[in-house]
Amino acid sequence: MRFLALITILMVGGLLFYGTPDFPAWGDPESPASLHVSPYYIEHAVEDTAVPNIVTAVLADYRGYDTMFETAVIFSAGIACLFLLRIYRRKSTTTRLYRHNLTGITLRIAKGGKLPEGSAEFERIDSLWVPYDMIIKVTSRLVVPFVQLFALYVIAHGHHSPGGGFQGGVIFGAAIILYAISNDLRRAFRRLNEKAALLASAAGVLLYAGTGLMCLLLGGNFLDYSKLADLLYTDAIMARSHGILIVEIGVGLAVMAVMVSLYYNLSSAGRHDEGL
Amino acid sequence: MIWPVDLIIMVLVMICGIGAIMVRDLLGAGILFGAYSFMMCLLWAIMGAVDVAFTEASVGAGVSTVFLVAAVFRTSRRTKD
Repeated sequence: MRFLALITILMVGGLLFYGTPDFPAWGDPESPASLHVSPYYIEHAVEDTAVPNIVTAVLADYRGYDTMFETAVIFSAGIACLFLLRIYRRKSTTTRLYRHNLTGITLRIAKGGKLPEGSAEFERIDSLWVPYDMIIKVTSRLVVPFVQLFALYVIAHGHHSPGGGFQGGVIFGAAIILYAISNDLRRAFRRLNEKAALLASAAGVLLYAGTGLMCLLLGGNFLDYSKLADLLYTDAIMARSHGILIVEIGVGLAVMAVMVSLYYNLSSAGRHDEGL
Repeated sequence: MIWPVDLIIMVLVMICGIGAIMVRDLLGAGILFGAYSFMMCLLWAIMGAVDVAFTEASVGAGVSTVFLVAAVFRTSRRTKD
């Protein structure tokens, strides 16, 4: 079987190398991709949408319909992971570990024992990761706000520099994942619980589709942001720029929440009890 | 575009890609995959596709490596084949 797979891979790879010389050269202005619609975008993006970063203008305005369904794909990936992994049955582990915060003594409480839930002196710890890492916790607590701020910058500044909803959302989600890794999963739940993450991911997709629907209600085409000009108190060109920002915020919200939800489900094997 | 840099990164992409398939330790494979993504990100940046490079760096090298590590943590670290 391995031999057969190797033969198949060698044949497909050979075909790929055989076909590569027929591709247009890198950056060739005469290649089919550069002849059809690209010149229009390059020449008219700034005057149409007032967005200097053409990639963002194409992604969220000219090809906004594509991006809406990309967001929907990410949302469905999060939902699929939830359906596959999430276990709602409350199956308590046989033993639980608690640390006494003042002395650092770890208590192992067997099944059926009295659990010090809600006590300020005891903190529950994961059974697989016992050591107490003050340096990691303090460093990540310092880093997380700056990562989140950078993520917001990436979303908001996507008009002028590389970036946008997808990247910014992923960075924001990574900040929350960093918090969950450096502390523990239960502490991260206190900041952003499962229900809030799922609601945020749905809200992001809804914000995107709702913007499109709003344009439809105001008499334009779906996702034609220039029709939002009266709502946003600007002219038609700036309205397209602001519409892109609204849509990017929706994408960022959805992507952030889906990344966090995926991490919660993967790292705890769907139990949402003890994480990485 | 500086061709020696391009060539070195291209070779590193191949090494990381083949290594991620060949290595027996799944945690190592996940980390090699992250290195592969980072090298691809550098390639995108060299080719001028900065937005794609940014996405590759944040999604490929950042979050998906965490997901792979989390999945390895909850399953097994050794491959069966």
